[in-house]
Amino acid sequence: MEKWYLMTVVVLIGLTVRWTVSLNSYSGAGKPPMFGDYEAQRHWQEITFNLPVKQWAKFINPDWIALHTSRGYESQAHKLFMRTTVLIADLLIYIPAVVLYCCCLKEISTKKKIANALCILLYPGLILIDYGHFQYNSVSLGFALWGVLGISCDCDLLGSLAFCLAINYKQMELYHALPFFCFLLGKCFKKGLKGKGFVLLVKLACIVVASFVLCWLPFFTEREQTLQVLRRLFPVDRGLFEDKVANIWCSFNVFLKIKDILPRHIQLIMSFCSTFLSLLPACIKLILQPSSKGFKFTLVSCALSFFLFSFQVHEKSILLVSLPVCLVLSEIPFMSTWFLLVSTFSMLPLLLKDELLMPSVVTTMAFFIACVTSFSIFEKTSEEELQLKSFSISVRKYLPCFTFLSRIIQYLFLISVITMVLLTLMTVTLDPPQKLPDLFSVLVCFVSCLNFLFFLVYFNIIIMWDSKSGRNQKKIS
Amino acid sequence: MAALTIATGTGNWFSALALGVTLLKCLLIPTYHSTDFEVHRNWLAITHSLPISQWYYEATSEWTLDYPPFFAWFEYILSHVAKYFDQEMLNVHNLNYSSSRTLLFQRFSVIFMDVLFVYAVRECCKCIDGKKVGKELTEKPKFILSVLLLWNFGLLIVDHIHFQYNGFLFGLMLLSIARLFQKRHMEGAFLFAVLLHFKHIYLYVAPAYGVYLLRSYCFTANKPDGSIRWKSFSFVRVISLGLVVFLVSALSLGPFLALNQLPQVFSRLFPFKRGLCHAYWAPNFWALYNALDKVLSVIGLKLKFLDPNNIPKASMTSGLVQQFQHTVLPSVTPLATLICTLIAILPSIFCLWFKPQGPRGFLRCLTLCALSSFMFGWHVHEKAILLAILPMSLLSVGKAGDASIFLILTTTGHYSLFPLLFTAPEKKNLFLIGWKLSTCLAWGLWKSAVNLYSLSPPGR
Repeated sequence: MEKWYLMTVVVLIGLTVRWTVSLNSYSGAGKPPMFGDYEAQRHWQEITFNLPVKQWAKFINPDWIALHTSRGYESQAHKLFMRTTVLIADLLIYIPAVVLYCCCLKEISTKKKIANALCILLYPGLILIDYGHFQYNSVSLGFALWGVLGISCDCDLLGSLAFCLAINYKQMELYHALPFFCFLLGKCFKKGLKGKGFVLLVKLACIVVASFVLCWLPFFTEREQTLQVLRRLFPVDRGLFEDKVANIWCSFNVFLKIKDILPRHIQLIMSFCSTFLSLLPACIKLILQPSSKGFKFTLVSCALSFFLFSFQVHEKSILLVSLPVCLVLSEIPFMSTWFLLVSTFSMLPLLLKDELLMPSVVTTMAFFIACVTSFSIFEKTSEEELQLKSFSISVRKYLPCFTFLSRIIQYLFLISVITMVLLTLMTVTLDPPQKLPDLFSVLVCFVSCLNFLFFLVYFNIIIMWDSKSGRNQKKIS
Repeated sequence: MAALTIATGTGNWFSALALGVTLLKCLLIPTYHSTDFEVHRNWLAITHSLPISQWYYEATSEWTLDYPPFFAWFEYILSHVAKYFDQEMLNVHNLNYSSSRTLLFQRFSVIFMDVLFVYAVRECCKCIDGKKVGKELTEKPKFILSVLLLWNFGLLIVDHIHFQYNGFLFGLMLLSIARLFQKRHMEGAFLFAVLLHFKHIYLYVAPAYGVYLLRSYCFTANKPDGSIRWKSFSFVRVISLGLVVFLVSALSLGPFLALNQLPQVFSRLFPFKRGLCHAYWAPNFWALYNALDKVLSVIGLKLKFLDPNNIPKASMTSGLVQQFQHTVLPSVTPLATLICTLIAILPSIFCLWFKPQGPRGFLRCLTLCALSSFMFGWHVHEKAILLAILPMSLLSVGKAGDASIFLILTTTGHYSLFPLLFTAPEKKNLFLIGWKLSTCLAWGLWKSAVNLYSLSPPGR
């Protein structure tokens, strides 16, 4: 059957799932006075609409955004409007990027490309956060994906532009900035710094500076205003972490209350150093040996390092890691599926707070079934398939009996899944004990953190042991 | 890991399709539901709290019991599970009670009963000849048929949004058709008899069953030219068929016969006072008739042929369910609609009798009976179009000509279900997306059918 026809069906399925999830409750529904992210987005609309630029939105009901009086506004029509804006943004930016990305994948059959698109579009984390909890992540992630696409297909300038737009839309995208920088720098070095490489470098610098200037122009009028924007964007005053999140500091905090013991600037330095130490090897390798595959894997490991070690991380930031993992779904289906399941699980406390249990369970199961059926993931657990062959060969030079790597990984997967299912059941059915009211959230974060550490090690191994000979031996699936 | 794959059963595409659509149904739980939700809650309450003698007399709520006794027993069994979810829903006086647990229970009961539908689809797939096919999964007739039936968009919105229990009923019908294809006629007849006593709307297709079973089962052999061989009439078969139907009916109506309530039951089952058309007109012949009547009356008023005082006050387009008289054209009685329906199904019945073409001919006749009854029946609901679409799906995977007709039928039929999604635009968005999906699927079916069966001439 024609590719475009099946792809349309896949996109329509993705849209249907998104719309049905959006029929559920949203963050902070009916919970004055703070409400939640939904109210936050509405509030930002209120601000941007009422201060200068007034012309564009005459067709929108003015009651929704009347300055001051519309705080906490909740009505069916307004909910429909907000949900529709998310869907349109998704449809215009994120979904075309996914479709184009899957079509541009090399060395796989048409059927696998379409299956890949289906799995990416069914990833539960993004659907639940954007359409359930309510946010506009698909815009920034979409732009970042356009950036990746551009750079992988050698349209470096357009790719950089797209990525700058992504950063200026949501500063979280800075998690992805380092790999972009290193890859482009590596490309410039490869082309020779005295010829084409230098030209490329200059062009890229101009594009980046120009796009930043354009976006920030209205706020450059006063130095104080610029500083205020920066302070709002990077709230270092808020502390090492907020609420429960599946990163190292929160997990550490369970045993040793570092948030209270160490002073603020020590915490900043500690997190800064650990983040950069963990991502340095991969980035250096990317500069020295720039390749599309290395770029994608470095995106994963960088974003994961930031998530695990950085300052003031929110649990939703895992989406920044999930997007690059979706991109490598076709190369390591087993590990990617596992990671994406854990990433959705790590947001469980947040989803339960928004009463999204049913959509979470359903979309996770649908995603799992889609991946298993499309990629037959359980048959791809050999060392070769997991891209660990070169690593295990190196280890076997010192430990000849190291032959059971894939079986260990399979058992770890089973344990991980069983733990996740059990924890979900416990969180939903049982009440936590009086003395430890946050017990289940902390357990969820702790287990997710352990999983993420394992993945950090795994992805770094792949990057470091990836060599040109390894790539030649790769089978065409 | 292989054990895990087998355990999850997802290596098989059929399981993946069935599981996928079940998950989609779970996502549809918080969507809009119509008054049919309250109807079924009321029936749960009636069958649970009242004795049998009161079932067809109870009228506290306007949604009185108007399905045959087997469905009432089904609600009775459900009510015993319902009491663990929310006891309050079983109170007859709790009108419009819809707590979140009630909603959850009712929605899950529909999703659960669809297991029968999945089983029936599996049986139908076995009856499809899949020999001349390509290697692509998406071109196999079994795959296409499974998608068209399991993911039938009309069934999804009628059952899982609007709220009804058509899934397992259609499952019974498809199962009886499959049994007839597999030459297990007694089972097929039994299943259809049971189905009739669950929902009597399937009387629309009863003539096809009757004629087919009489002609192709009771007459055991044909003459070489295909015409009837009178000597091969088998009394045994006729009597066993009659016995099956009689026993099923006795089981169903027996208790009410003993209580002398049959007239009441029939008046509930066949409410002719409800009027020629439903509140929302089904797109059938009488809708056109009504529209013509309206147009003529407007013209007549403008041209002063009609006296405004003589126009009856009851309006057909008021959205109410009641009887009314036509102004210009002759009024239509139930008898008239019956005669029109009978005339419409006569050609296909004749063909089924005089030139039987095996189970395929039966299926064609069944589809035509369903369509004719839809076009000319009394008080037809627009949901009845599903009665034609589902059997037609089975035909469409056989021939390119059928596939073309099916494409038109399914697109317009599903489009005509639009008024069922009555509320906010958000639901209409879902409808549009789903409708595009189903149209894409049907189009893909047609394309692949044209590719596969390009050797056979379209239409016969």
